[in-house]
Amino acid sequence: MSGLTITEKILARAAGADVVRPGEIVMARVDLAMGNDVTAPVAIARFRELGVERVWDPSKVALVPSHFVPAKDIASARLGMTMREFAREQGIEHYFELGRGGIEHILLPEQALALPGMVIIGADSHSCTYGAVGAFSTGVGSTDLAAVLATGKIWLRVPDSVKFVYEGRPGPWVVGKDLILHVISQVGDDGCAYQAMEHTGPALRYLSMDSRFTLTNMAIEAGAKSGIIPPDEVTLAYVRSRQEATGRHLPFDVLASDPDAHYAAEHVIDVSALEPQVSLPSLPSLAQPVSTAERVRVDQVFIGSCTNAKLEDLRMAAHVLRGRRADPRVRLMVIPATQEIWLRANEEGLLQVFAEAGATVSTPTCGACLGGHMGVLGPGEVCVSTSNRNYVGRMGHPSARVYLVNPAVAAATAVLGRLAHPDELGVEPPVLEPAAVGASEGGAQGDGAGGADARTGGGGA
Amino acid sequence: MSVLEGTAHVYGPNVDTDVIIPARYLTSTEAEELAQHCMEGIDPEFVSRVRPGDLIVAGRNFGSGSSREHAALAIKGSGVACVVAESFARIFFRNAINVGLPIVECPGVTEGAQTGDRFRVDLGAGSVENVTKGRTFRATPLPPFVQEILDAGGLMPWVARQLAREREVRVGVAPEEPAQADWRLD
Repeated sequence: MSGLTITEKILARAAGADVVRPGEIVMARVDLAMGNDVTAPVAIARFRELGVERVWDPSKVALVPSHFVPAKDIASARLGMTMREFAREQGIEHYFELGRGGIEHILLPEQALALPGMVIIGADSHSCTYGAVGAFSTGVGSTDLAAVLATGKIWLRVPDSVKFVYEGRPGPWVVGKDLILHVISQVGDDGCAYQAMEHTGPALRYLSMDSRFTLTNMAIEAGAKSGIIPPDEVTLAYVRSRQEATGRHLPFDVLASDPDAHYAAEHVIDVSALEPQVSLPSLPSLAQPVSTAERVRVDQVFIGSCTNAKLEDLRMAAHVLRGRRADPRVRLMVIPATQEIWLRANEEGLLQVFAEAGATVSTPTCGACLGGHMGVLGPGEVCVSTSNRNYVGRMGHPSARVYLVNPAVAAATAVLGRLAHPDELGVEPPVLEPAAVGASEGGAQGDGAGGADARTGGGGA
Repeated sequence: MSVLEGTAHVYGPNVDTDVIIPARYLTSTEAEELAQHCMEGIDPEFVSRVRPGDLIVAGRNFGSGSSREHAALAIKGSGVACVVAESFARIFFRNAINVGLPIVECPGVTEGAQTGDRFRVDLGAGSVENVTKGRTFRATPLPPFVQEILDAGGLMPWVARQLAREREVRVGVAPEEPAQADWRLD
């Protein structure tokens, strides 16, 4: 059937239909359902009230303690206990205990559980992140998750798709974070409300998977239902490497948007004209080039969260911080997203660089991003953060102010004690190679690595 | 269909779930407990001012940000009868329907509105009246399917009904077959 976007194709398959159209409400079969320590306990309570004894398919459920871990108090310890006991009782093998997990949105792709073509429903708003592997993925609340746990299905209104075409080659220090902050500043905080943001274009071949996860991660900050990047060779190389590394070989579907697919809107962005961005307090949409922003003094720099605590992010920050020290007035905090990233960063000496720069380096947790623990801001304090939200009170006291940036800008800011562009330190930017090795000009857009839609099955499945 | 009338607490656009219920309170899952901190990030006086049956009237993109259902629970727990907003962020919209918190999308509703104004919401007629200012606005009707969930009393009762229906199919028609009711709705 022609004329469909990748999002419509995934939802049609999940609904058992040939075609679905925007606005239509469908019952979609869910391939992966996720809850964390804040949302799952509420979902578990609703599930129990329903009187259903078993989850529909324990192998398709992932439970990830991430927000208030390690437990910050007795109440959060109880939330953890609720999840742990439920996982044990229901035989949910994809429960990721402390020291074996991390932040869910980076963890599940890393564990080869979030795969192309899937319908993924997560009880966390940043569940849109999984769209980077070519899945339909959206965030819901706890009651919606409870319904999925009981039935394996969810009602969804098929979203309109909006196409973003990235052209050119990203300039120095420009990564996925800068693209998405710029896009949000252009469309607005609810500019893509109820829509699917589809990211395409030749510039994507310069974006690693780590950068792409950031691009889809912040779809919710534009009000979108989902963000998606049709799979290309970068995606498939990543997926296969994760399958090899984990030994988990679940089948997946590589889908592409039809050339005559309908989009509610199309935006073309020349990334070669972009500079590193900063979102000023207190909306992500208040983004502007770092070079033109006021050099505000900072009390805290946070390099972490599901947005920017992947290996590439840590490498970028360490590249700037190597041999330098954070300003004495700045508290610098680095929190790798997952245990595996922590280990890799350790092997590469990145954690050493951070610690020598005067940073605290902690075990994976969402922590400071949501003002939960591990770096809560006091009255009037200023924080430059690699996370995704700078709302009033997000990271602590309502009078605290948060600026959103990429990891290199955060690192430079920590050194100078005020908002800073990495060029101000005279650091050579890292050399940017196309992530899509051997990709032809015009590269990552369109019909994916194998050309036509293909179903790919792993060996062990 | 009921008519709700009450005193409004009026807010601007982009009231996100972090200001509705800051994350430091998310260790609780009880509506009554969460209600003690409702709107704390944007209006610390709300909790002492709100009375059962009051309304929240807000600008566009109400409930943006985090998926925490605790936000809808906190508002419901504080006795607010209905949230009227120019538009809603989609996760909050679902959460409110799911937990049975009445919400009404109503473009233009904040024009001239002030905290303390009396509002009357006619859910059946789809109208919202600012009684104090003498202005009437038209609400956006809910999609019929969403209305069906509301009529069932929320998502969990709706799911319970679906599951019961599946069991009937299983018992009555094909006892050996697993439940595979076609849930696609056109």
